[in-house]
Formats: sequence, C-alpha cells, structure tokens
Amino acid sequence: MTRTRKPGVSRRATLAMMGAGAVTFAAPWVARAQSKTIKVGMPTILSGRVAQLGTSSRNGVTLEVEKVNAAGGLAGRQIEMVIRDSKGQPQEAARVARELVNTDGCEILIDAEASSGAFAVHEVARDLGVLCIHTNSETSSLTADPKQHIPNAFRTARQGVHDSIVGGSYAATIAKAKGLKKWATCSPDYAYGRDTTGEYVTYLKRFAPDVEIISESWPKLFQPDYTEVVTKILQAKPQALYSCLWGGDLTSYIDQANIYALFSQMEVFAVNMADYTALTVVKNLPKGIHSGNRYIKTYPATAENAAWGDAYKAKYNEYPTNWSWENATAIMLLAEASKKANSADGKKIAEALRGLKIKSPFGADGTVTMRAEDQTLVGYAIGWGTTIPQEPYVPQVQAGDWKTIFELEAEWKKSKGYT
Amino acid sequence: MDIDALTGCLASSACLVTQTTSGFIIGMLLFLVAVGLTLIFGVLKVVNFSHGAFYMFGAYFAMTAYQLTGSFALAMLCGAAGTAILGLIFERGFMSRVYGADVLMQVLVCYAFVLIFDDVVRMIWGPEFKSMGMPVAFQVAPLFIAGGVVPPYYLLLISVALAAAAVLGLGLARTRIGKVIRAAAHNPGMVSALGINTGLIYGGVFALGGMLAGLAGALAAPVRSLTPGMGFSVLIESFIVTVIGGMGSILGALIGALLIGMIRSFGSLGFPLFTEGLMYLFMVIVLVSRPTGLFGKEVA
Repeated sequence: MTRTRKPGVSRRATLAMMGAGAVTFAAPWVARAQSKTIKVGMPTILSGRVAQLGTSSRNGVTLEVEKVNAAGGLAGRQIEMVIRDSKGQPQEAARVARELVNTDGCEILIDAEASSGAFAVHEVARDLGVLCIHTNSETSSLTADPKQHIPNAFRTARQGVHDSIVGGSYAATIAKAKGLKKWATCSPDYAYGRDTTGEYVTYLKRFAPDVEIISESWPKLFQPDYTEVVTKILQAKPQALYSCLWGGDLTSYIDQANIYALFSQMEVFAVNMADYTALTVVKNLPKGIHSGNRYIKTYPATAENAAWGDAYKAKYNEYPTNWSWENATAIMLLAEASKKANSADGKKIAEALRGLKIKSPFGADGTVTMRAEDQTLVGYAIGWGTTIPQEPYVPQVQAGDWKTIFELEAEWKKSKGYT
Repeated sequence: MDIDALTGCLASSACLVTQTTSGFIIGMLLFLVAVGLTLIFGVLKVVNFSHGAFYMFGAYFAMTAYQLTGSFALAMLCGAAGTAILGLIFERGFMSRVYGADVLMQVLVCYAFVLIFDDVVRMIWGPEFKSMGMPVAFQVAPLFIAGGVVPPYYLLLISVALAAAAVLGLGLARTRIGKVIRAAAHNPGMVSALGINTGLIYGGVFALGGMLAGLAGALAAPVRSLTPGMGFSVLIESFIVTVIGGMGSILGALIGALLIGMIRSFGSLGFPLFTEGLMYLFMVIVLVSRPTGLFGKEVA
C-alpha cells in the first residue's frame, strides 16, 4: 500500500515553523541573558611569599567593581570577576590567562602579575587579541619597547623609569647638600632589581655627577638571611645606600641591618619602603629612611585619597598596597572608557582608553591619563620623603615633577632605541 | 670577583671580626637545623624532607608566644618545646608507618607533609609575611671588638647554638640514653632484643631533631620575616651541610655548617656574584674527594 501525501502544510514543516518562531521570539531574551554580565579574568599571585600583594590586588579590584556594578556596570552589563591563582609562576600565569578567556568566557583580562608573569600574559593577550590591562608590572620595557606593543594591551602600574627619575633627582639633591659621594646598592638579583637600580644610579649620577658606587650587593629574591650582605656594606663604609628590596625581603633586611646599627651609619634610600605592607610589619622601623611613595593614604594629601584608603581599610581591615591602587585604577578606567564608548566591547573600550583622562584619588593633580602613544598610565602621584615609625609614616613628600619626568623619559626612550 | 676586597678584609682585624662573626651566625643557625636532620638520619635512617617545616613552626610558635607574653625566654621555650611535641606526634602518627619502606615512599610522605604544614601555617597565621621584632633587651648598640661590629643578639644566638651542640655531643657520648640511641642507630634489632622500646627511642630522637630545628626557627624569628614555606630554603642549605659533614655525623654537621657560614660571609666579599655557587662548588669538591662527607662513615 502506498501512502499519498495530503495537500497543505506538512507536520514537519509546521514543527519547523514553530521552532523558528520560538527561536525568533526567544532571541532577545537569550541575548539579554548573555549580555547580563561581562566576565573579567584576573590571574594574580594568591599563594607564596607575595600572596599578600596578590590578595591586595584582588581587594582593590573588588572594591571598585562593586561601585561600577552599583552604578549599572559596563554599558549595562554587570562585571563578574573570575580571579585565579598563578602562584607567581610565569608559565602558570600564561596558562591561567588562556583558560580564563577560552574556557571561562572572559572578555577582558586584568593582568595582576609581577613583571615576570606580566610578560607571559602579554603574549597570551597578543595571541588571543583580548583587551588586557597590566596592573602590577613596573618594568618599563613592557610598554615602552615598541616591539612589545599591541593595540589591545594597556598598563595602569607605575613605571620603574618614572620612579628612578624622581628618586634619582631627589637623592641627588640630598647627596649634594650632605656631601654623600660614596654610595652602595643592595637590590634583589632579578630583572626588576637590576633594571630599577641601574636606572636609579643613572639619574642619581646625572644630577650629582660626583657620586661613586663603591659597593654592589645582589641578594637573591626571597633570601632568608642578609647578614653577609649587611656586613659587606658595613665594610665598604659608604655614606649612602640605595635598595629596591621589597615586601618580606625588605622587612628581613631592615630587621637584620637594624641590629648592626646600619641605619645610623649612612643615609638609606629604599624605594619600596613607604607601603603599608612594610611600614606596618617592621616592629622597630628606623627613623629617616628615604622612600618613594607606594601607597599611603596621606599622599597625595587629598580628601579623595584619604577617603579611598579609609574605605579600603573599612572593608578589608587593613590598609591598601601599591598593587591595590594600581588595580583599582584599571577598573576606574574601564568604567569611564565603557561610558565613553557606550559599549562593553573590548575593541571599542580599547579605542576609548587611548588618551583617556579620568579623575582619580591617585593622580598628582587629581587626574590620571592613559597615554595614547604607549598605552601606559601617567600623571599618578609620585614623590619621595623620609619615614617616621608611626602614622602618617611619611609626613612630608616632595612631589615629582611630571614635566621633568616626560622630558627625561623621552631621552631615555631615545637612548634605548625605542623612538 | 673582587679579590682586592677579600685580601683587604683578611688584612684588617675589624673586617675579620665582623665577617667571622657573620659566618658563625649563619653557620650556627644552619647547624641547629642540620644536626636534627643528621640525627634523624643516623638513628632512624630516614631522610626527613619535612624537617624545614619544624624550623618554620618554631619561628611561628615563638612569635605567637612573644606576642602573647612579651617574654623572649618563653618565646624560645615555646618554639623549641612546641616543635618537639609536634615532632613526636608526626613521628608516631605518620613517619613510624613508613620505616623500612622504599625511599621514594618516604620522600613522598615527607613532601606531602611539607605542603600540608605550609597550608596549616597559612590557615592559622595567614599568607602574608610577619615579623616578630627584636626584644627590647637586644635593641642596643652593637659591640665593637677590635674595630669589628658584633650585635649582642648574635652573641646570644651563637652561645645558645654552641651550648646545644655541647649538650648534644656530651649527651650522646656520655649518658646511658645516648649510648642506647647510638646502639639503636647501629643495631636496632639487638637493642629491641634487649627489651628496650625502640619505638620510644625513635619518637624521642625525632622529637629532639624537631626541637633543634624549632629552636633555630625561634632564634631566627626576631631577625627574619616569617612566611609560609620559609623552611624550604633552610632545608636545602641544611642538606648541603649534612652532605658535606657526612650524613649521621653531629661533628660533621657542626664543621659543615661553620664552613658554609664562612664561605657565605667571606665569599660575599671576594665573589659577590658567586657566593651561592661557591657553596655548591665546595660540596661537589668534598663529595668527589670523599663521597661519605668529611666525617661520614663508609656503609658496609
């Protein structure tokens, strides 16, 4: 028996039409559900000796994301942070960053890594084309070297060369006033320590040509004992010492140098001292260490900065770190760029970020700018002062002059062949 | 390489005093950790990779006791006694179950506990680094001996470590318990057959080793930042010391630790970029010329 097809619309066609109709009507709902949140991936260091800084990066970001979400999110999309531990290992940072984009569906990366990891994440951003903001790496070449440049990567961290220009000129003024000609250096033996010390000495000698480096010490990163380094410096009898040791290494060094009375025998310039991580941990903080500002709520001395520091303390029961403000700035810039672009799309935000100037508690003049030419942050508050062992820790800070920084940075770039 | 700085130092009494003291400080702290390691190996025949954790716990126990009581002596006592108890529990609960097992199994168990202990410290004291601070009694100007600088706290540290070495050496050589421990190290079957509880000896030796590492951690706490995982780098250097001195030899641990201390102290002047390398180079030279270490005995 053969079956004859009845005239009219078949059952299959009816089902297909119903299906298409359902999809058509449901599409806006699906789209809205998809666009409700925007995932932002963040590899950072949440274990090991630097975990405290990674945690403070996460806190800085979270504090600002809550504000942005309360105000409507990025172009109406709520930010959902996906934060993973990189353990401070470059290969793990790259793996985590790739997974955040490919598996977790993150559309933006906040790269809260130290310099070694940041370069690895940078290559992931280059490969995947995702919008990436480096928040902690201070190694200048990350954005200054044209070979590193990609249109989708930005940096909200301070830069080593900026610090060295301001620190070098500050130290030179004191060196000339006090006749400090014989200097020693003691910095960790890795890229950041070597580069930053080299740049600092360059600018110190530029402003005070009589200065001579008579002793160099390069303890390894996370070295537990600095006794031999301390005694070596004592033997050299310098008039001044520069160090870019940081975190637990700096506090160990201070504790061990203290009992040799090293700080009373020479002027000490420690760029990373004025951060609450070090200031509040060292029990017997010597008076009169010269330091660059990292994060202190009294510099810049504005109500906005103090309020931000207090809000952070109220939420996390500790003061922020240098990495906190750098990460918070990334979210502040993202929010403003998204408003300007009226979009949460990474490419459109990147367009809007170039050259974007925003109000900021951390700005030297109340604003910070994402410089278009190399996509790095400028205009942040930068200065040096001397420590006291209680709050406000650095009562008077001499502000760095951004006009001078720009001039000397341009020279530095030229000397490096970057321009 | 800065040979001028080194020869200049050797010709200066001030520099000699400062650098020799510095070598003693580094060496004696290392000795306290290494001697526990070597003692445990000598008696129990276990390479205790988790030994650095006891150094870490000693430092944290001391810091907490100091914060609670303000007493430096009590802090040292808590650091040493706390790790002795911890060592006993660890040995009876876990290590005693892997005696005689494959070395790989022992290493894996120890390594697992390194990670577990680090996480325990992280959970109790937090992941951020801590500082105990120097007790008020030692916040004084350093002494100047023959022009060299010597901090009073380091004199105490060296004295305590030397006293521990003397008590340990004499205790093992002259006391009945010491003789039993040495006998157990040499022939545990015979000691057991004589009706002596070898489990008690093993637990006691492990606790003693842990206590010495804990004492080192407590003594280091005022001058080193405390952080989860801080025992690892000390463990590596302690292994170098025990290998140089000879596994199982207490005198070897003392001499090896002092040699490493002096290499670090004087090496930082003459070979500032090769101080670490110098330490490993010395170990290689010793092992090539004497595979059992300076005071190690040939295993039949």
